Amino acid sequence: MNRRPTFLITMLCFGFAFFYIPILSMMVYSFNASRLATVWGGFSTKWYVSLFSNRQVGEALWLSLRIALLSATCATILGTMAGIVLARFRRFKGRVVFSGLVTAPLIMPEVITGISSLMGFILMAQWIGWPASRGFTTVTLAHITFSMVFVTTIVQSRMLQADRAIEEAAMDLGSRPWQVMFDVTLPVISPAILSGWLLAFTISLDDVVITSFTTGPGSTTLPLLIWSKVKLGVTPDINALATLTVLIVGICVAIAGVMMNRAEKRRERDAQLAYRANE
Amino acid sequence: MAAPPKDGKLAQWFHRRGWQDMIIGIPYLWLILFFLFPFCIVVAMSVATRTPTAPPFGFGGENPIINLAGYARLFHDTLYIRAFLTSIVNAAGATLLCLVVGYPMALGLTRVSKGSRNILLMLVILPFWTSFLLRVYAWMGLMAKNSWFNGLLTDAYNFLTPAAWAVKSIPMMHTNFAVVVVMLYTYLPFMILPLYANLERLDRTLDEAAMDLGSKPAQVFRDITLPQSIPGIIAGGLLVFIPAAGELVIPTLVGDASSPMIGRVISDEFTAASDWPMASSVAVALLLLMVGPMMVYTHYQSKAEGKAAEEQK
Amino acid sequence: MAQEDLPFIRIEAVSKSFGTFQAVKDVNLTIRKGEIFALLGGSGCGKTTLLRMLAGFEDPTAGTIFIDGQDMTGVPPWERPVHMMFQSYALFPHMSVEKNVAYGLKHENMTAEARKTRVREMLDLVQLTEFAHRKPHQISGGQRQRVALARALARQPKLLLLDEPLAALDKKLREHTQFELMSIQERTGVTFIVVTHDQEEAMTLADRIAVMDRGQVKQVGAPTEVYENPASRFVAGFIGSITAFPATVAQLSGDTATVAVPAFDTTVTARAVPGLVEGQSVTLAIRPEKLTINAVKPDLGNAVAGEIKDLAYFGKDSLYRVLLPKGDLIQAHAVNARRTAEARPDWYEKVWLSFEPASAILLTE
Repeated sequence: MNRRPTFLITMLCFGFAFFYIPILSMMVYSFNASRLATVWGGFSTKWYVSLFSNRQVGEALWLSLRIALLSATCATILGTMAGIVLARFRRFKGRVVFSGLVTAPLIMPEVITGISSLMGFILMAQWIGWPASRGFTTVTLAHITFSMVFVTTIVQSRMLQADRAIEEAAMDLGSRPWQVMFDVTLPVISPAILSGWLLAFTISLDDVVITSFTTGPGSTTLPLLIWSKVKLGVTPDINALATLTVLIVGICVAIAGVMMNRAEKRRERDAQLAYRANE
Repeated sequence: MAAPPKDGKLAQWFHRRGWQDMIIGIPYLWLILFFLFPFCIVVAMSVATRTPTAPPFGFGGENPIINLAGYARLFHDTLYIRAFLTSIVNAAGATLLCLVVGYPMALGLTRVSKGSRNILLMLVILPFWTSFLLRVYAWMGLMAKNSWFNGLLTDAYNFLTPAAWAVKSIPMMHTNFAVVVVMLYTYLPFMILPLYANLERLDRTLDEAAMDLGSKPAQVFRDITLPQSIPGIIAGGLLVFIPAAGELVIPTLVGDASSPMIGRVISDEFTAASDWPMASSVAVALLLLMVGPMMVYTHYQSKAEGKAAEEQK
Repeated sequence: MAQEDLPFIRIEAVSKSFGTFQAVKDVNLTIRKGEIFALLGGSGCGKTTLLRMLAGFEDPTAGTIFIDGQDMTGVPPWERPVHMMFQSYALFPHMSVEKNVAYGLKHENMTAEARKTRVREMLDLVQLTEFAHRKPHQISGGQRQRVALARALARQPKLLLLDEPLAALDKKLREHTQFELMSIQERTGVTFIVVTHDQEEAMTLADRIAVMDRGQVKQVGAPTEVYENPASRFVAGFIGSITAFPATVAQLSGDTATVAVPAFDTTVTARAVPGLVEGQSVTLAIRPEKLTINAVKPDLGNAVAGEIKDLAYFGKDSLYRVLLPKGDLIQAHAVNARRTAEARPDWYEKVWLSFEPASAILLTE
């Protein structure tokens, strides 16, 4: 019995239309000649030209990338450590508090994280004189803190799936626990660490709210620049920027998809190899 | 944590306990310094007194040590109660809509062939990797007074209603309706993905068994699929509701400024009014309000964790 | 050699609790150098916990483990001269077969050349030289098992622990691998401790078996000893099948005991066990293959009347369930030595079961 689930397929079509019509509309209107962003006035690429000639956009993008690279890397290191701790160290003093501290940022509304970070930085500057001013440093610190817990979640769940016996095997063969971590644990969970890094990177690159609270004069990230523009309404050059973003992300995702497909094929080939080795 | 043993073998200590203390200690200290400490400030600030100094608050001295005026205002000033209500209604509406739209999509994803399923899943995640801000912005373009989409809806409305009710355009921007629609748009993947993960694990032979025993597809859904997917519904619902209730960007861009959501109230108190104690009071109240859903979330999280750990054995 | 008979591993009064659950209760065992020793028991009997305590992954709650005279208390796994072959094999998925085997050697103080030679020797031993550069997921289950064995043996451990070594293999491969394991053990001379739930596996592999139940060792002995002279009903029932009946000792003369078995409606003779007194309540247990099925009452020895209630024909042999006078059932096993059906008892046939006095087991427990 294999009746086609017509209703479900229809819903899928509507759902994907809902997902992509706004994005496609935005892309089409990025080629709009009219200054009125929502009224079609003929084809033009002038908004792309104005985007590329805008030094502010370039600077903001560069700052965003620098913050995202640094904060994702630090967040991955800290978050991986925390994930390993939660998955492997069943009993230690303060475990309850620790797991609370790792979960809380996930569900804390961004506004509250934002104002608490800002007040924290201001009071720290007052008491110990650091961080002296707000900008690159404070934004990066805040990003590390709230993106590391996402890495922790990913790493922790991967660690819980992993066969503990392979760590015990390494220990049994003479490796001390910290050697086991470098020789076996980290290589085995490396895909999770990589996806954790990617997630932390996108979260940092995308963040508006926390950045807007923790940044200082002169440190405008790309999302903040867009934020200040769109608060005033729809502007055509943002359409162009959005189109480029979607295209870049789409290409990256497509490449990742092709690579995953290849890995899948390789796995199938290996399985066949193993099967033939059996004979 | 363990102190170095008295025999002074530092290396020995490192091998046995030290490395462990280190990887516990570093993230622990980081979170205490950059998350717990600022969070404690918020709680302390909520009972401080606003002063015209910089930073704009005071403890003790001529000010009371504990000043509950902020909390009192939460109940006196209808602005706050209305903001809380708006937040809950908007977030609940968005969650419900996400469920209604997302459930059939997630179920549909489990029914298509393996090959197209991977592509479709990728398409669900793709918007998530693009900028959140730009996704909100895309809807600003659609809902604006003179956009093609608004025009289409206006024409449909004018066609269906008597001529006397005709409008030039449908007022969508800066309404709570717009907030809910954009939340639906931006949070839908958070509903689809956990639901899909849950539905995909279900044993399809149970459906066949039910059909074999005489149930029609709709009954199979009601009796078999739906009850088994409740954990997925709860996970997805909380993943939508919790961030939606504290949302700041969406209400600021497309919301109704005269009935703001609570996130915007906190932000405005803090930056525009420069009233740190009041912003903190509202923040603490928001957190208290969310403690319920959060506990449900962590409860399910730890249950899932325990399950995974058990399967491990 | 007399030296080989000295206890090489001593497990003294070892107990292990997890919270309120006592996984291992006061276990005492000695294991000789160079033997294959099996820990046999159902799931949850504590055999794996005992193995993990030998490897150092769990610390005993009480008691001491000595390996080659050395107290193992507080010695971490990485400092023990003990290696383990895990049930899941636990091969490192990101390393080739060769790297897996070489992994333990990196802690050994040896030249790169010597290390290479050792790895090659080990791969030769398990006949995997041609797969040296494959990853674990590119080889078959049986080959994985051999990699795990080579990896564990590479550092020349004093003791090798094998956790259900054959459980993940299919039946055909299992028999072959069993003999291979035995021959490798003979060639390397390493002491093996095998944990298994499979009695046949334990019987064929091991020199001695310890049968465990609920954390306790019920009996230790050579396979024949454990099978033919089980110390308790549990051991008798766990290894092979057996039918047991309550009985009373009626008369003792020399090493022969006459026992009254209500289920048989007669008295039978059996070999006496030490400490038996007349009038004592005992259990008479008998294995199916020790019974002979006769059409007429045999003149000599023990004979019990019965009726065939059920039979299962396996081809080379058959298993019968025979209804006894008082309504009890007994299992009897017969080899189908002749081809014709007439030679075999059929359903509802009246038969006489006979057995030698030495074949019946008297259990006083």
